[in-house]
Amino acid sequence: MPQIIRKDRIEEDGWTLLRPAADVEIATVELPATPILVPLALWQARREELLARATPVSVWLAANENPSAIADDLARLPLIAVDFPKFTDGRGYSIARSLRDRHGYRGEIRAIGDVQRDQLHYMRRCGFDAFAVRADHDIERALAGLKSFSDSYQAAVDEPLPLFRRRAQASGAAA
Amino acid sequence: MYRYDATDQRLVDERAAQFGDQMARHLAGELSADDLRPLRLQNGLYIQRHGPMLRIAIPYGALSATQLRKLADLTRRYDRGYGHFTTRQNLQLNWPKFEETPAIIGELASVQMHAIQTSGNCVRNVTTDQFAGVAPDEVADPRPYCELIRQWSTFHPEFAFLPRKFKIAVNAAQEDRALVLAHDVGLELVRDDAGEFGFRVFVGGGLGRTPILGKELCAFLPRRHLLSYLDAVLRVYNGHGRRDNAYKARIKILVQALGVEEFRRQVEEEWAIYRDGPLTVPDEEFDRLAAHFAPPAYQQVADAAGERGELDRLAAEDREFGRWLARCVHGHKVPGYAAVTLSLKKTGVAPGDINAEQMDVAAGLAERFSFGELRVSHEQNLVLADVRLPELPELWRSAREAELATANTGLLTDMICCPGGDLCSLANARSVPIAEAVQRRFTAEREHKLGDLSVNVSGCMNSCGHHHVASIGILGVDKRGEEWYQITLGGLPGREAKLGDVIGPSFRAEEVADVVEQLVAVHEENAQPGERFADTLARLGSTPFRERAYAGRGRHLAQERKPADAANNP
Ligand code: HEM
Ligand code: SF4
Repeated sequence: MPQIIRKDRIEEDGWTLLRPAADVEIATVELPATPILVPLALWQARREELLARATPVSVWLAANENPSAIADDLARLPLIAVDFPKFTDGRGYSIARSLRDRHGYRGEIRAIGDVQRDQLHYMRRCGFDAFAVRADHDIERALAGLKSFSDSYQAAVDEPLPLFRRRAQASGAAA
Repeated sequence: MYRYDATDQRLVDERAAQFGDQMARHLAGELSADDLRPLRLQNGLYIQRHGPMLRIAIPYGALSATQLRKLADLTRRYDRGYGHFTTRQNLQLNWPKFEETPAIIGELASVQMHAIQTSGNCVRNVTTDQFAGVAPDEVADPRPYCELIRQWSTFHPEFAFLPRKFKIAVNAAQEDRALVLAHDVGLELVRDDAGEFGFRVFVGGGLGRTPILGKELCAFLPRRHLLSYLDAVLRVYNGHGRRDNAYKARIKILVQALGVEEFRRQVEEEWAIYRDGPLTVPDEEFDRLAAHFAPPAYQQVADAAGERGELDRLAAEDREFGRWLARCVHGHKVPGYAAVTLSLKKTGVAPGDINAEQMDVAAGLAERFSFGELRVSHEQNLVLADVRLPELPELWRSAREAELATANTGLLTDMICCPGGDLCSLANARSVPIAEAVQRRFTAEREHKLGDLSVNVSGCMNSCGHHHVASIGILGVDKRGEEWYQITLGGLPGREAKLGDVIGPSFRAEEVADVVEQLVAVHEENAQPGERFADTLARLGSTPFRERAYAGRGRHLAQERKPADAANNP
C-alpha cells in the first residue's frame, strides 16, 4: 500500500487516485472497488453513481479548477485532493486557502502531484494536512520539510494570527 | 533602521540552514538540478554566463555600516573583491563559488542579512525612496510600511510560486523617486482629509519586454488594510495570471486582459473574506515599526544659514567641491543637515560597481558623518542620509580619496546600466562598455552645463537598466549575432512617468556614443536659458533629434515602432 504523510506522520493510504488520460471518455472509466479519488469532471458527470457506491469517494481538483465547483458537496466529501502539476505551479496553495477560509471545509486536504519536501511547510500553512510525496522521493526524509521553520510572519490557516498580533500579545503580557 | 528581534533572527537562521541543506542534498544527488533551481533562485543564486551569481537583499535599500563592512569582507573572501549595486537596491556578487554560497548566506545571517526572495517567481525585495525619512517633500517616512511589507512577503506560504516575479515599491514623497508606476504593485503613501494615512494603489506596471505603466487600483486604501488588500491582489494574480508563457505571466498582462475594473472587482471579492480580520494592522504596530526608524540624535546646527553661506564660499573657491555640492548634496527635513550621494558612477568603472576598499571607506564615512547608516539608491549609488552641513567639506575630501565623490548625481554620466553581455547570460549585447563610451564623450564641464539628463542602458529587452524611463534609453539588440543598439527618446521616471519612443533603426556599438552626443547637441543648440534636455525635447518634439541622429549614416527613419505599439501587438 502506498504511504502518505497525514497529520505529520507516515501512514498507509487506502485511496486509489484515478487519473484518466485526457482523451479517455469519462463515461467509460472503470471504477475500482477501493475508496477512490476522482477528477472533478468524473465527479460532475457520474455523481449519482458515485454516491450510490458503498465505498468512499472523493474528488481531486486540478490546479485550474475552482473549489466553488464542489461547494455544495463539501459536507459529503471526506477529503479533497489538490494537484500540483509542477511544484512551481503555486495555484494549489490558493485553492487550499479558499477551501478552508471561504468554504469552511474541515475535511482532509491532500496535496498530490509534484509534492516535494521543500514545499510541505508552505502547503501545511495554507491548509493542507496530507501529503502524497512524489513517489521517487524518500517520504521519511520528506517529513523534515514540515519543520523547516519554527514561526511565520503571516496569518494563514495553521496560525490565524499574524506575527505582529502575537508579538503585541507577548509584549502586552510581559508589561 | 529596523533591528531584528529574536524571531526575525531565528527565521533568517532557519532559512540559511534550509538552503544549506538543499544545496547539500543537491550535491549528494538527492535533489536534481531542475528541482533545485527554483529553490536556489529564491535564495538569490543564479547561474550566469561565467558561473554563479548571488543577489543579496538590501531591504528597501537600508544598510548599516556594520553590514557594509561585512559585505566588503565577504567579497574579499568569497568573490573578487567587489560587488554590484542594482536598480532594485540589492547587491550582486558576480564570482562566488557554487558550493560556497551556503557559507556566504550563513555569514550574512550574522549581520541580519540574507538573499531571501531576491529572485524567483515570488514577492521580491520591496523598494523605496533613497531619501526616505529625511526628504523634505514626503508625507511621512515610508520605511515602516516597507518593513511591514518585508515581513508579510517573507516566506508568504501562498505566494512562493506565483506565475512570475512580483515587485512592490513604496513612495511617500511629492517627487516619486521609487518609480511606483513601473512596479507590479506601486504604493503611494497619502493622507485623506481626516488626516488618516493610506495608500493610493497602482497595479500592473513594469518595464521588461512589455513596458506598461501601472493603473490606479484603489484611490485610498486606509493603511490598516494594507496586508489584507495585498493578499487579495496576490490571490487573484496567483489564480489567474498566465502560466503557459513566461513572457505573458506578469500581473500587468492579467490586468490588461481583464481590464482594471474587472481586476478590481475580483480583488474586492477576495478582500471581503479577510477585510477587518486579524490581518488588519493596528496603530500600535505602525508605531512599533516607526520606532525603529525614529530620527537619530540630530545636533543643533546653530546657524544653518551661515553654514550654507560658508559652503557657498568654499564652493566658489574650489570648483570641484562646488560641483559636488550642487549635485551630490540634497535637501533634508532638518535644518543644518543634508543627504549626500556617494556616486558609484566614475567613468571607467561599471555603473553600480564598488570594490571592497570603497565599501570599507563608505562604512567608515557612515560612522563618522551619518549615524552609521547608508542607503542604496535605485540609480545604483550610495547615500548618507544625515550629514551635518559643517562636515560636508571633510566628508567630500575623504570620499574623493576613495573615488566616491564623482560630482554627477542626476547628470548624464550618472547612468543606470545593467551588467549586460559581460556577465548576464540573457543579454543580447554588452552594456557596460557602451555606458563607458558615452561617459567618455562628456567632460564634467559639459555635463554640469547640461544639468539633469538621464541616459540608461539595458543589454536586452528585460530592461534591467530602466532604459524605457530615461531621456535617452539604450537597448542592446541582437542582429544576426551582432550587437546593435536601439535608442529611445523622451522617457521619464517619477510621477509623470512616460515610456520613451524608439527613434528608428538601431545602431552599431561604435555609433552609440556619437548618436548620444548628436542628440545632446540638438538640445545644446536650441535650449532656452535654464531648459533641461527633457524640456527642450518636449518643446521641439522628437523630429529634429531623430533627424540629427541619422544624419550622414546612410539610413532612414523607417520601421519606427513605439514600445507601446509593440506591447499591444506582440
Ligand atoms: C545578471 C543577472 C540578471 C538577470 C538574469 C536578470 C533577469 C531579468 C529578467 C528576465 C527581467 C524581465 C522580467 C519580466 O519582464 O518579466 C528583468 C527585469 C528587471 N531587472 Fe533584472 N536581471 C539581472 C540583473 C539585474 C540587475 C543588475 C538589475 C539592476 C541594475 C536588475 C533589475 C531589474 C529591473 C529593474 C527589471 C525591470 C522591472 C520589471 O521587472 O518589470 N536586474 N531582469
Ligand atoms: S537587461 Fe538583459 S542583459 Fe541586462 S541584466 Fe537584465 S537580463 Fe541581463
